[in-house]
This record gives sequence, C-alpha cells and structure tokens, in this order.
Amino acid sequence: MVDKDIKKVLLLGSGALKIGEAGEFDYSGSQALKALREEGVKTVLINPNIATVQTSEGVADQIYFLPVQPYFVERVIEKERPDGILLAFGGQTALNCGVELYKNGVLEKYNVRVLGTPVQAIIDTEDRELFVKKLDEINVKTIKSQACDNIEDARKAASELGYPVIIRAAYALGGLGSGFCDNEEELNTLAEKAFSFSPQVLVEKSLKGWKEIEYEVVRDRYNNCITVCNMENFDPLGIHTGESIVIAPSQTLTNSEYHKLRALAIKIIRHIGIVGECNVQYAFDPQSEDYRVIEVNARLSRSSALASKATGYPLAFVAAKLGMGYGLFELKNSVTKTTSAFFEPALDYVVCKIPRWDLSKFRGVNKELGSSMKSVGEVMAIGRNFEEAIQKGLRMIGQSMHGFVENKELEVADVETALKEPTDKRIFVIAKAMQRKIYNVEQIHEITKIDRWFLEKLQHIVDIDTQLRNCTSVNVLDKELVLTAKVYGFTDFQIARAVGLEKEMGNMHKALLTVRALRKSYNILPVVKQIDTLAAEYPAHTNYLYMTYSGTGSTAKPAHDIKFEKDNKTVIVLGSGAYRIGSSVEFDWCGVQALNTIRKSGYRSVMINYNPETVSTDYDMCDRLYFDELTFERVMDIIELESPHGVVVSTGGQIPNNLAMKLDKENVPILGTSAKDIDNCEDRAQFSSMLSRIGVDQPEWSALTSMDDINDFIDRVGFPVLVRPSYVLSGAAMNVCSNREELERFLQLAANVSAEHPVVVSKFIEHAKEIDFDGVAKDGEIIAYAISEHVEFAGVHSGDATLQFPPQKLYVETMRRIKRITKQIARELHISGPFNCQYMAKDNDILVIETNLRASRSFPFVSKVLKLNFIDLATKVMLNVPFDMPDKNLFDLDYVGIKSSQFSFNRLQGSDPVLGVDMASTGEVGCIGDDTSCALLKAMLSVGHRIPKKTVLLSTGATKQKAEMLDAAHELIKNGYVLYATGGTHRFLCENGVENVEVFWPSDEGKYPQALEMLHEKKIDMVVNIPKNHTARELDNGYKIRRAAIDLNIPLITNSRLASAFIHAFCTMPIENIAIKSWSEYK
Amino acid sequence: MENVTLILQDGTEFHGKSFGYDKTVAGEVVFNTAMMGYPESLTDPSYAGQIVVLTFPLVGNYGVPAFSFEDNGIPTFMESDKIHAVALIVSDYSESYSHWNAKESLSDWLKREKVPGITGIDTRELTKVLREHGVMMGKIVFDNQPGNIPEAEYEGVNFVEEVSCKEIIRYAAANVTEHNEAKTAVLVDCGVKANIIRCLINRGVNVIRVPWNYDFTDMEFDGLFLANGPGDPDMCVEAVENIRKFMECEREKSDSAVRPIMGICMGNQLLAKAAGATVYKLKYGHRSHNQPVRMVGTETCFVTSQNHGYAVDSKTLGSDWEPFFVNMNDGSNEGIRHKKYPWFSAQFHPEACSGPVDAEFLFDRFVELL
Repeated sequence: MVDKDIKKVLLLGSGALKIGEAGEFDYSGSQALKALREEGVKTVLINPNIATVQTSEGVADQIYFLPVQPYFVERVIEKERPDGILLAFGGQTALNCGVELYKNGVLEKYNVRVLGTPVQAIIDTEDRELFVKKLDEINVKTIKSQACDNIEDARKAASELGYPVIIRAAYALGGLGSGFCDNEEELNTLAEKAFSFSPQVLVEKSLKGWKEIEYEVVRDRYNNCITVCNMENFDPLGIHTGESIVIAPSQTLTNSEYHKLRALAIKIIRHIGIVGECNVQYAFDPQSEDYRVIEVNARLSRSSALASKATGYPLAFVAAKLGMGYGLFELKNSVTKTTSAFFEPALDYVVCKIPRWDLSKFRGVNKELGSSMKSVGEVMAIGRNFEEAIQKGLRMIGQSMHGFVENKELEVADVETALKEPTDKRIFVIAKAMQRKIYNVEQIHEITKIDRWFLEKLQHIVDIDTQLRNCTSVNVLDKELVLTAKVYGFTDFQIARAVGLEKEMGNMHKALLTVRALRKSYNILPVVKQIDTLAAEYPAHTNYLYMTYSGTGSTAKPAHDIKFEKDNKTVIVLGSGAYRIGSSVEFDWCGVQALNTIRKSGYRSVMINYNPETVSTDYDMCDRLYFDELTFERVMDIIELESPHGVVVSTGGQIPNNLAMKLDKENVPILGTSAKDIDNCEDRAQFSSMLSRIGVDQPEWSALTSMDDINDFIDRVGFPVLVRPSYVLSGAAMNVCSNREELERFLQLAANVSAEHPVVVSKFIEHAKEIDFDGVAKDGEIIAYAISEHVEFAGVHSGDATLQFPPQKLYVETMRRIKRITKQIARELHISGPFNCQYMAKDNDILVIETNLRASRSFPFVSKVLKLNFIDLATKVMLNVPFDMPDKNLFDLDYVGIKSSQFSFNRLQGSDPVLGVDMASTGEVGCIGDDTSCALLKAMLSVGHRIPKKTVLLSTGATKQKAEMLDAAHELIKNGYVLYATGGTHRFLCENGVENVEVFWPSDEGKYPQALEMLHEKKIDMVVNIPKNHTARELDNGYKIRRAAIDLNIPLITNSRLASAFIHAFCTMPIENIAIKSWSEYK
Repeated sequence: MENVTLILQDGTEFHGKSFGYDKTVAGEVVFNTAMMGYPESLTDPSYAGQIVVLTFPLVGNYGVPAFSFEDNGIPTFMESDKIHAVALIVSDYSESYSHWNAKESLSDWLKREKVPGITGIDTRELTKVLREHGVMMGKIVFDNQPGNIPEAEYEGVNFVEEVSCKEIIRYAAANVTEHNEAKTAVLVDCGVKANIIRCLINRGVNVIRVPWNYDFTDMEFDGLFLANGPGDPDMCVEAVENIRKFMECEREKSDSAVRPIMGICMGNQLLAKAAGATVYKLKYGHRSHNQPVRMVGTETCFVTSQNHGYAVDSKTLGSDWEPFFVNMNDGSNEGIRHKKYPWFSAQFHPEACSGPVDAEFLFDRFVELL
C-alpha cells in the first residue's frame, strides 16, 4: 500500500544533456513526477536543464534551476523540508549526489527518506569491490581479475580462469604491456614483457566476442519481481552498450539461455535489495551457457528508457509508484488499463536501437568505438522483421543514409581493419563488404564476432537489393519483388535507385514518387499496428503505433489495428528525430507543448517521432503516437491515412522544416507560415534578395560555383570568411577560414556535403555582438518576442554561446533597430507561428545572420524566463484559435536568465575542446538570478565549472583578448588568487602590473615550470586558454594544454568574454550569497 | 516454397508460404505469445491436435538442438519424443539459424517429422481474429492442390488417450545421497512434459509414469502427481475416478499419513473435478510466458508459463477446497488446494520449459511433503 506519511518529495534531475546522460532522464523524471502527482504528493524538482519537459509548468509543484550538487540540494532541502527524496530518476548525476548527501548525513539531519532502492544497495552496485563481493555471496559470476606477482602465479591464474585471458600490467598507464593470450605459450611471452613494466600483472578472463545481453528488472517491496524486457547487442562485448546497435527482445538466445539469465537477474535484484527498477548487464558466451555479470545499474537508465519505449511498459512511472510503497499487484498495466502491472510484456515485433554519433564535428577525435561512450543520441526502429527494423533505424539516424543499402558508397582504406576496429561507420563497412563480395558472412563473423544470425539478415537485404538491381528498369519490377522489398524495409527511394530510376530521371524526389505511384497501383500499402504489451492476447485501446508492410495476406480488410476518423479534427506534429549536436531536448519540449495546446483546443493530437529518449514519444502525451520515420515517404503514408486538419512542421527543428516544401507539393495542409515562405527564408539567395528589397543589411556573401568566383569575392571583402552550405543546422561543415590555403582545403569537404544546395562564402565580422530574436507572429505581425544577447562575440556558434536574457549590455538603439528589422522580416515572410532571427551588432549597425521560420533552440529558455509559453501561443496562432495578446509590461523583467552550454569533450578522446562556428555542445542549462552574476554563477556551476580555490592558468590569445582579460586578471589578484601565465600573456600581465608566474609551453622543452606538469600535479584549479584565431590547428601547444585540462577534469574556458564574466561573478558573489529561489519566486 | 492458405472456420483466409512439410492438415488454431522456446512448445503434448500460431514474428533463429535422449529415456532438450502440434504458423521464418547447440534448422526438423510450417502470415491479425472469435478450427491447404481439403475434429476427441504412455514407465531418482532415501511418486500421464519428470527425479524422487486411465491406487508410492495434457478435461473420466478413489482412501487415514497430491495444468483440472468442481472453456485461452498469478491471501505473485484453454470454476469447489492461485489479468482460477490435506495443484506450468522458472518451488514443496 502507498505510504501516507510521504507528503512532499524531492526529485533530482540529471542537469544538462551530455554524452552518457541525455534526454532519457527527462522522460524518466517526467514519468516519476506524474506518478507522484497522481498520489496527491507535493513535488519539488531540482534540475538546471531549462529545456526539459520536466521543468515545465504543471509537471512539478516547485522547480529549482540549480546545480544538482550536494551544496545546493542541501539548501533546497533546508528550505523545502521534503519527506522523501527520489535518486533513481536523474542518472548518475542524481545518484552520486544522493549518495553523498546520505554519506555526509544531510538526509538524516533533515529526516528525508530515500524512496525506492536503499542507498546501501546503490553503494553495493557502484563500488566495484563491494559489488563483486555481494554477488559472490550468492555464487553469481562477475568479471574478476587476479593479481599475480610472478610468471608462475600468472600461469596458474590463467589455467584456472581458462584461456583466452587478458593480461595487464598493474599501475601502467595507457594499456602498456597488456594483451590477449590464447594459450600458455603466448602467456609466457606476454607476461614476461608485462613484468618488465610492473611488479604486478593482472590476469583476467577474456570475454572478447561474447554476447552482451541486458535485462530490465523491477522489484517491489513485497519481493515480487518481473523482467520487463531483455535486449541483445548486435556488437559483441568490447563496445559500450550505449555505442552498440541493440535489438529487443534478444534474438539468438534459446529458451534455456533466456530464462537462465532472467532467473539470475531476479536472484541478483533480490539479493541487492532494489525497490524499483534496475538493469543487469551480462557477458554471455556464444559457445556455451557460461556468463558473467558486467554490472548492475540501480537506477533508471538509458536502457530502461529504451525498454519502456520498446515494450510500452512505463518503467519510470511504475518505479516511482513502487518507491511510494505500492506492490506491483496493486498497479495496472497502463496500456491495457485492465490487466495487471505485474506481468512481462510480450512483443510481436522487433525493436532496433542505433546510436547517433556526431564525431565529424570534432577536430582530432578518435573515431574508434570502445568501452566509453561517444554517441550523442539514438533512435529506435520498430518492425515485424529484423531487416525492416534495421533499415528504418539506419535512415532515422539522419546521416543521409537510405537504409542498409543504396547509399553513397563508403570510402574505406582497408575493409578488414574497418571491420576489426569498429568506428561509427562499421555497419556500412559491412554493407560494402557484402555488396562488393569482399567477404562472406562467415568471414565477417570471424573478423567482427557479430553473430551470424544478424549478418545473415543483413545479407538477406543485400540479396533483395541484388534482385532489384537486376531489374533494368522500373517497368520490369514485378509486384512480388516490390512487396518483398517493402516487407524487408526498403523505401521507395531505395527501390528507385536500385532499378536506376534516380539516374534516369535525374531527380531523387521524382524517382521515389514514381515508385510510390507504382506500388500504390499494386495495392502495396503499409499498415498501422499497435504496441499493446500483450501481443494482441487481450484487446487494448492503445494509441502507441508503428507502421509495417508485414500486414498483408489476409482476406480480412487491411490489417490496421486502429480506425481513422477522417473528421478534420486531427493535427499532426512532426517530431525532431535523434538527438544530435544542434537539435535535442529543446525541440522535444516544443513538440510536447504543441501537442498540449492542440489537445486543449479540441483537436486530436498526433505525434510522429522515433527518439526513445524523449517525452514526446511517451504515448501519454498525445492522442496518437506514430513511433516511426520522419521521411517524406512515411509522413505521407500517415497523412494519407489520417487526412489531418493540418500538419505542424515548425516545432521539431530542421527535419520537419526541410519536409515543408515536399509536403506542400502534395497538397498537405501545413499549419502556420506557408511552405513557400519557409523556402524563401531557407534559400539563401531568395532570402538575401528579400533583405536587399527591404533595405536590411547582412554580411557580404556569395554562392560558390567556381574557385575564380571565390577569389574575386575574397579579393573584395578580405579574410577571414565564413564558409557553409545552405540548409544546415548547427553549422555542419561550417568553418571560418583565415587564409587561402585553409579555404581551399575546407571547400573540398563542404562541397561534398550537399550537391543540391550551393556552398556559401561570407565575410566574417570579428568582435561583433550576436543577438538572438525569438518570436511568434500572426499573419506577419509579431505578437511576442524575446531578445537575447550572447556573452561571447560572434564566432562562437549560437548553440554554444552563453545567452543572456533579457539583454544587459545592449544599447537601447540596437534593441530598437533589431525590433524594427524583425518586424519587416516577419511581414515580408508572412510569418504565422514561431520564428527566430539571428543578428550581429557592431556599434549600432545591425546585420542579419539568418532567420528560421520555426521554433529555435532557445524557445524553452526564453519561454520559461519570461513565463510566457511561446509554443502555446504559436500553436494557437497556427490553429487559428483565440489567444490572449501578451501584455507589453511582461517583457520588462526584474531578473536575468542565463543559458550556458554543456560540453562533453571529456568523452571525446583527442578532440580539441575549443569553440568555433561549428556547434560542439551536447546540452545546456538555464538559470535565473536577481542579477547577471548570480544567474551566470548558477549556470556555470551547473555545466561543471568550479570556482577555483587558489590558482588560475592564463593563456589569453591575441592582443585584443589579452586586453579584454585584464580587468578579470586584476580581480583575481585582488581576491587572492595566484596567476600562472604562458609566455605572451605573462609579459602582457607584467607590463600591466599584474603579478603572475610564468609557466612554459610543452614545446619549451627543458624549461620549468611546465604548464602540463602543473596540470598533472593538480596545481592549477582553472584554465583560461584562448586560441589566437578561429583556425583549427591540431596538436599544437594550446591544444595540449586544453586537452590536458579536460582529461584531468580541470575547468577550462576558451573564450575571453565568458572567462571575464565568470571571473567577475565568482569574485563578487560568494557561493553562500546565491539565493535559493524557486522558479515561481521570480516574479 | 509452396504457396499455402490457412482457412479458418469463419471463412477468413491468410496466405503464406510453406517452410515445413508439404501436407494439408486441419486442427484447432491457437496462438502463443511466448517470444522463444519453439522446440519445447512443438514437442509439448498439450498441443496435440492444434495448429500453433506464434505471435512473436521471428522464428527459427537459433535452429533446433539434437533430438537426443538420456539413458533413462528422457529427451535431452525436448519435452516429449516427437512434435505434437499439427502445424506451426509464423510471420517471418529465419532460414539461416545460428547457435552452438543447434543440429538442424526448424524447417528441416518439421520436414523430418512431417509437420507443416507456414511463414509470411500476419500473425498479429490472425491472433486478433482468434481472440475475437475464440479459438476455432483451421485448415491448411496448398494453393496448387485446390481440391485437397483436410478434415479434422478437435471437440470430442480424446487427445489424452493419443499422447499418454501406453504402459508403465519407471524413472530412477537422480542426485540421491546416502542420507537421503529416494521417495516414489506416481505420475498420471495425460501428456506429460519431460521437464516435469526432470524436476521430480532431480529432486531425488523415483517416478512411476502410468497411463492416464491406469488405476494406480493399489500401487506402492509416497505421493501422486497429476501431469498436464491436451484437450478437454471432461474427456478424462477414468482419471478423475482414480483420483477420487485415491482421495477417498487417504481420507480414511490419520491426517499425518495422508499422501500428497500435486497437479499441473490438466492435473489441476482433474484434481478439481475429483473434488467436485466443474471446468469451462475460456474465451481467451492462456498461452504465453507472461501470465501473472497471485497466491491467494498473500502479496506474492509469479510470472508463469501457461498453455490451457479450459479453467476450473472456483465457485464450484467443495467446501474443503480453496483457490491456491488466481490469474491477475482475468481473475480465473490458477490452482487449488485442500484446506487440510497436502493436496494442491497449479493451472500454470511451474516446470516451465518453455517459460519463466519462478514457480519451480512448488516441486520443492511437493517433495518435502512426500
């Protein structure tokens, strides 16, 4: 039964999205808060991630945009006095924070009960030694290493463990002296070498090539257990599960294997004493039933979010209820509403998760996949067979792939190496190997250890493709083959390309439309199926849907699981797809807000999206959820079935925005700004001529068609220049070039990106202010707006920049001019709905950088700071329903919001942690304060900066930046900091009377003190390293310092304006003075 | 692959391709929502007379293990000595399989045992039809033999008679230690799954497996075990009479001398009938690995493996009896127990195979009572 003593509960969020901790925790936290509210419990949430759904109005009772750190959490506890705390819903951040609060007695002091899994159980799973000991108690096998002091012991250990083994030299960095041994002979050789590095050698059983299997397990306080889902990794052990393609349920396990691991998982969870949810990861021998437990996560995780979406079982919701004291038998299955929550979902489909990487955005990053996570997002594809699911998934990751086949052929130097040393492209290397017949399934299995079953399925796709290619023209395509191709996940486009239609027609879109018409004439149409948790065993009224072609062949009518009303009351919202750099939780927030308003306005809300980490793909958030592709083909399939009143393309970022024109050509009713105007805005030339027409300036630019044109252009405007293709988001392949050589090298890369749209070169203006204008307009008239100012100067991508709203340092005249220009643009483009304009201001000259006729990344931030929901307003405009005109006084705020970016350089080994015009941040936070310093301090601490204790290392770039940093340097000295500085900065500071100690660059060999050494010895608390210009240079001195700071977890700032602001903030405002105020207290 | 059509009693047709033995057949069409365990399911005698539809679409992935037998005659991996299902229907048969323990493909096995298999069927849609209509008869016909229409009956056929052993078989207890003398159980074979026998002998029990209608009451044994089986429990009149006779004898004894009874699936129904209760056919039969049951009067629940179309009507139980387990989805009976004597049964399969093993403790309980 529910615990009635718990009246107020504190939930810890996970903060900014970062690699390894992303949108899944918005989903799990939102679910938990919903579960608590249902019980009438007051909820308090701490999460500085302002773009999340969980930090929206009405989700929690009190929201604190504060760092999820013990100091701040204690102060919130002191103020709010909650009865209970939930630690399992905010990832590792919340868990670590909770454990610390428990250990330092804060929870006890304030009498706060940890709901759900006890902290001791968390500690038992987190501490490696305790964990192994705990599982030893119940004879469950874990991965252990044996420490040996001589070769004899090593031999003994190896024969006990069984070959193959890995041996590692203890205390040796970088894997020196480690390796695999298949037999004693190899061990003798390797161990001898290892002992030369180290007095101790660790011998460990090698599990290379073992399967990786995961179970999601739930337990209530009555000791009832279920496993909700199991998952199998496509990639064998050795690749982090977050980096693996994952299939649910497992495909290669027999009944005996499946249930052996399931029973073990239950045994483990009972012994550890989890109350709620956890996952158990196994390594599983592909040649026997031998296993090892890799780890247990005593909290909701990325896998649990995936399992929830894969099965329809709301793990986080149920876990929260169990934390409140319920038994599983007291809860209902939220899909059927009639059957019990104590059950295990039966799937009648297969789910495939594929990670999304953005490694090409980082300079110097090591692209090989391994035991640490590098992916920034993921997709989930649902199909009635593996081929369909994986082909859908490979399209969903959004890297211009059309499926497993019919992609632009990958250029690979050495296929064997590319298979053996997996990178983000390995699946396409397999495609190449199969298609070019370089290796057969058996050989690929030998090289990769990927289970033959998966490879045979991929081979099947290639075989179908071969049959298609054998058709010399679309006219000889027979119905049976088209149906087979569709059943196994081919798009109309893949078919068109395979039969040579794309080449023939010279246009990809026309070609796919031809195939579409053909297959419709064959009556080959996809059907809509439900995810109902029980494989149709009982009737279910679920709105959780996917589409498949494995739904034909019965005399019964088309086998749709649902009926379509066709009453002109349906509004479809297109989601934002995989989280990636430049598009993440902020667009999920926008989508969810649009759905809410659509529902409230009396329409049926329909979402199409495929990202398992999101709240918009929670089937509770809309009237109908299509967990499916956002390709033109699939969106049209759904539109044709739903006959909607309208489609919203402006709340999901660039993916839906790019579909606008194509949908419009098919007479799809697009809500809000017309597709034609969207195109006028997206097309640089048209946009530019419009600006000229209305007399608005923009940086000089030119569309590139030949090198001569460019040279002429640059002769006129001079370097530096900004180079980019049109139709981009987050500056993919965008770069600043400072000289001719760089320009030529970069253009080769950029020109490859998009053939359909020209590459653009524009004058890059240095030391200009950058300003974001977010707004909502109706019929060309602006009805709400928010102007935010970047702390950094232009040159830092707006997605990486620190935003200040309302602006604190803009001239009134600048503001006035921006408003005037935006009004003109809104009118010219007949904007109805959300939009965003980016400006540059130097003195009072305003230049337009770009305009997007859709919601922007900063919509949730400005909406929440202003307490005016821009998306709600925009959706009302698009639906043409009445809305309240915002009060003008509303835009006058007595407080400041700061949005700071979260970087994940620490996960991206080798990458240069420097900011540029290409976006690099993986997430953001937004904090509110009574003044800039207070808000900035909260925000900077939230994204992982720390206030330095004593020492700061300065390398402050070019003269201009050096001068900018001078005041900050004085402030540091005044506050008792010791400054270290590299050569130029040292001299500059000395000349300006700032006391500092010179340290030497890595290239100044033999001179001391060496900057790198000081970092390694932890003698530096903060590094300010400002690159001299915007040019990318690898492996130079600056890079080494920056990389070392990241690797050693020392806060690093690479921008002089941001560094100055941060230094000023912590020098003038002690942490104790930061007011602990909830969102609602800022009025 | 030949084109085949499944024709249901109500006239609905589904078209697919044959991947098993090319033969027309008819049978009661039932679905199972288990996601793995096709070798175990196909050899489960409870499927006698039935065309099995698997709702999980990908089947055949891990091939089929060797059909070998242990020295005591129990199959190593299978649940009986042959495939009992009439035919298998799947959505997407995996022509290539991958598993270290596989000896042949599912297709080859079906062909060897002359059992049809159909792939390419929208098994979700088929399941919905079966769900709404209740189970019904179906025929598998080959498109190139339009005149060849098979006939079969399910109702009224005594499938137990077909699958039960014809004479007594004895299995010696395994894992017997010097200090631990083996007890003996009589197992009434209505179509017993091999894993029930494994579960008993591995717990140190000698098993005397007797034909379903054999009068065992005069035999020497320590406890009675009522196994699972196919079809309608009302057909098993003789078995019910023997159980009743056994219970009458035991009632004569002092309480502590009363020998235990445990039943599984059909065993539950037979025990209930012997106790005076009636059984009825469920609208939605339970055929899956995810059936939730709760032990009545406790907060303890189990995920169970089930395969039955009939259920005990709890309301008709005699006053000496009470429900032991209840289904948490539809409230149907999942087991009964005697209020005084060590007699109990489960409608689900504690021996699993295939399915979850959470309720195996019932065997421990039975063995402790011997």
